[in-house]
Amino acid sequence: MAYSVKVLDHYENPRNVGSFARDEEGVATGMVGAPACGDVMKLQIKVGKGGIIEDAKFKTYGCGSAIASSSLVTEWVKGRTIDQAMDIRNTQIAEELALPPVKIHCSILAEDAIKAAVADYRKKHGEQG
Amino acid sequence: MLKLPIYLDYSATTPVDPRVAEKMIPYLVEKFGNPASRSHSFGWEAEAAVEEAREEVANLVNADPKEIVWTSGATESNNLALKGAAQFYCGKGKHLITVKTEHKAVLDTCRELERQGFAVSYLDVQENGLIDLEAFSSALRPDTILASVMFVNNEIGVIQPIAELGEICRSRGILLHVDAAQATGKVAIDLATLKVDLMSFSAHKTYGPKGIGALYVQRKPRVRLNAQMHGGGHERGFRSGTLPTHQIVGMGEAFRLARLEMGVENERIRMLRDRLLRGVSDIDEVYINGDMEHRVPHNLNLSFAYVEGESLLMAIKDLAVSSGSACTSASLEPSYVLRALGRNDELAHSSIRFTLGRFTTADEVDYATRLLHEKISRLRELSPLWEMVQEGVDLSTVQWAAH
Amino acid sequence: MFAPVYLDHNATTPTDPAVLEAMLPYFSAQFGNASSRHEYGRAARRAIDQARNQVAEAVGAHATEVVFTSGGSEANNLLLKGSAACLRPGLLAVSAAEHPCVLKPAEQLARRGWTLAKLPVDGDGRIDGEHYEAVMARKPKIVSLLLANNETGVIQDLEPLAARARAAGAWFHSDAVQAFGKLPLDFRRLNSAGVHALTLSAHKMGGPKGAAALIVDKRVELEPLIAGGGHERGLRSGTENVAAIVGFGVACRLAVERRSALAAELARLRTQLEDGLLGLGAKLFGAGAQRLPNTVYFAVAGIDGETLVGHLDRAGYAVASGAACSSANPEPSHVLRAMGVDEQLARAAVRVSLGRGNNEEQVAGFLATLKSTVDRLQRLTAMAV
Ligand SMILES: Cc1ncc(COP(=O)(O)O)c(C=O)c1O
Ligand SMILES: Cc1ncc(COP(=O)(O)O)c(C=O)c1O
Repeated sequence: MAYSVKVLDHYENPRNVGSFARDEEGVATGMVGAPACGDVMKLQIKVGKGGIIEDAKFKTYGCGSAIASSSLVTEWVKGRTIDQAMDIRNTQIAEELALPPVKIHCSILAEDAIKAAVADYRKKHGEQG
Repeated sequence: MLKLPIYLDYSATTPVDPRVAEKMIPYLVEKFGNPASRSHSFGWEAEAAVEEAREEVANLVNADPKEIVWTSGATESNNLALKGAAQFYCGKGKHLITVKTEHKAVLDTCRELERQGFAVSYLDVQENGLIDLEAFSSALRPDTILASVMFVNNEIGVIQPIAELGEICRSRGILLHVDAAQATGKVAIDLATLKVDLMSFSAHKTYGPKGIGALYVQRKPRVRLNAQMHGGGHERGFRSGTLPTHQIVGMGEAFRLARLEMGVENERIRMLRDRLLRGVSDIDEVYINGDMEHRVPHNLNLSFAYVEGESLLMAIKDLAVSSGSACTSASLEPSYVLRALGRNDELAHSSIRFTLGRFTTADEVDYATRLLHEKISRLRELSPLWEMVQEGVDLSTVQWAAH
Repeated sequence: MFAPVYLDHNATTPTDPAVLEAMLPYFSAQFGNASSRHEYGRAARRAIDQARNQVAEAVGAHATEVVFTSGGSEANNLLLKGSAACLRPGLLAVSAAEHPCVLKPAEQLARRGWTLAKLPVDGDGRIDGEHYEAVMARKPKIVSLLLANNETGVIQDLEPLAARARAAGAWFHSDAVQAFGKLPLDFRRLNSAGVHALTLSAHKMGGPKGAAALIVDKRVELEPLIAGGGHERGLRSGTENVAAIVGFGVACRLAVERRSALAAELARLRTQLEDGLLGLGAKLFGAGAQRLPNTVYFAVAGIDGETLVGHLDRAGYAVASGAACSSANPEPSHVLRAMGVDEQLARAAVRVSLGRGNNEEQVAGFLATLKSTVDRLQRLTAMAV
């Protein structure tokens, strides 16, 4: 499998690896995928005043493209509002990382992880969709 | 200095031993004759070389040279054995038996035979990868004509009980075919005592060239086959096509060297394999796939829990190893062999096959050990599954979001 | 050292030194299995891809139309049995002068419900037009015709034959094993005339034994002959013979570079040879037809071909008495019988096939040896009666 330079970079130097304490103020978690399918992504966002994502962390069990997709997403969501984060599309991720067709599902998973984290935030904070 | 990547994939293929290559080359240049040419010395010289190589192949497995038929590799041998025998003996019955952990060359051929109207039973294996003799016996039917069981599994290296299977089959008048592509030079094979009717060989797994193999076709009692390739009637009609002299010479020399050196070589390789196993055994949650006792000394197949196989391969790209079978092309499916052992998907996904060989050194093994330690811990740092397990979560109780 | 002169290039050829050179790394440092995903495997895959391009380019095909096999025999078997398996049994037509690796698979198919029409050839080995037309009118599903015959070197005029077969709705295959490297081949052009598949084999054109190809139009549905792993787009499973495939690719490149000069040189030698043979009163087979520039098939009446080639071998000239591709075959050549040559004369047949490296001096030496051998054998025969 030939990986793009950007995938390799994120894979070798993943950004924002780690976890926040679950009870920390403003933290929400999205966990998507399944071990049986070969990938699980956990994306955490820390939302501050005005609904702005101040920080993000991830952990991913999956192939290089899955790791790169989630690493990229942590960079992209930081500084955005949760609504803006919801605008991130898998096609943008796939394009940025030059994912081959067999790896598109990794970018879909990353988009799903954002949605799941935002949904978790809204649930915790009682916001309406 | 180590040459990177370190090759630990000797079950996918081996380099041609330099002594083998040296014997082959003259048959491309000055001794290039067609062994079928009957009218001149170029042809006779090539034919003599082919017959000498046939003897060497026969010698390794204690067979008669007349029982050796050249093919282009074990894939073709398996096709010829299964289709050839099934088609010849279809009047006696139309049922075949094989095992779920066989190589694709057997499984795909069986699928084709099913389309041709044969019935095939695909037997399960035990958790250790070995076939259960009772289960095998009870799967035999009055209309079973042939059973096909591999000698050594290409992914997990386990050695099937061929002698016992031979007794069972012979007593019931059922032909036994054995795919021995991974066995030559690794286990002693004595076809004078084994009750095996057909056996497939490949040169490139035993330091010979790619593109050449053989099928053992027993003469006493005589086994008949329908040829699958027709033409000039080479190989007594079993397999037509110009014989690739240099490749045949290479296979003969490779098998001769295997016969002379396998005793010492296998002990050396076993030591290295055990060194690798010892080196990684202090990593948490490492699982060995397949029986360790009935196993060739070259093979170690490990699952590193909570680490995904492809990212692991990427992390250890300084090691040329494989996850799943190298013979199936770029598929992301977890290994069907490990699935057949009852391994769950995560462990099947996280398996790595290490296969050592003639040119593996202790330094290479030590390098591999260090690299595995480093990379496994890095990937587990990245793994949400590992984190959950550390927190005491039982993963089997988690509801995963399907996607 | 006594080095016999090799004049049997239609049986097989020596591997060109440049080809050998290209192959060697694939036995040692670059020994990977092309299916492996690590660097050893990827290097092998790249080498195969390059060779596939070289083969495709040499015959004007697209790389995706190249299916590598272990030999020409396998490629012919694959095309005939593989395409037949995807069709309802019907009429199959091959020439009576085909190589056994087309004839025998065709005869196998005849046992499995196909009707086999063996197309007759004329006295010079060309397809008999009238019979061909009659068979085409019966709408065959598969037609296979040798481009250049391995014994006589006789060349069929493929394009009109293929066009006629296409009008009848048939898949049209041609065994081009002997033509490749000696004649220009352009699959695109042949394909537009109605040729759907060609067989090539490396060891007949300066490449190694163990590599060959079926060039096949993707519209031709094929069932593989060898299952297991799905290599070659599922059409031919088995670990790729990387070294031989690499050698085949290089041999193709060289063949294209050298073809016209080589063909001219061989034609010159052939003329020298044929003039000499006619001077000895030999009969040349297929003399009225277009033939390969390297092949001469002749007979000296009354002198057994087997005996003659045995004497020539001892005198240092390696030639063939019949088709060298088949094993010991006491029957006289089926090709000559198809051309209507009587059995007696067919038994006298000797094939000389020239190749790269042969020269005028060797041809002259051969003719001189042949003359003295024939004289001696004729004296012996005369004494016996
Ligand atoms: C057990 C087994 N059988 C058959 C084969 C196929 O052999 P070959 O590569 O010679 O076609 C292989 C390896 O590819 C193998 O491991
Ligand atoms: C015309 C022709 N077709 C096919 C073949 C067979 O090819 P291979 O020797 O590669 O099996 C030969 C020679 O053997 C041949 O002369």
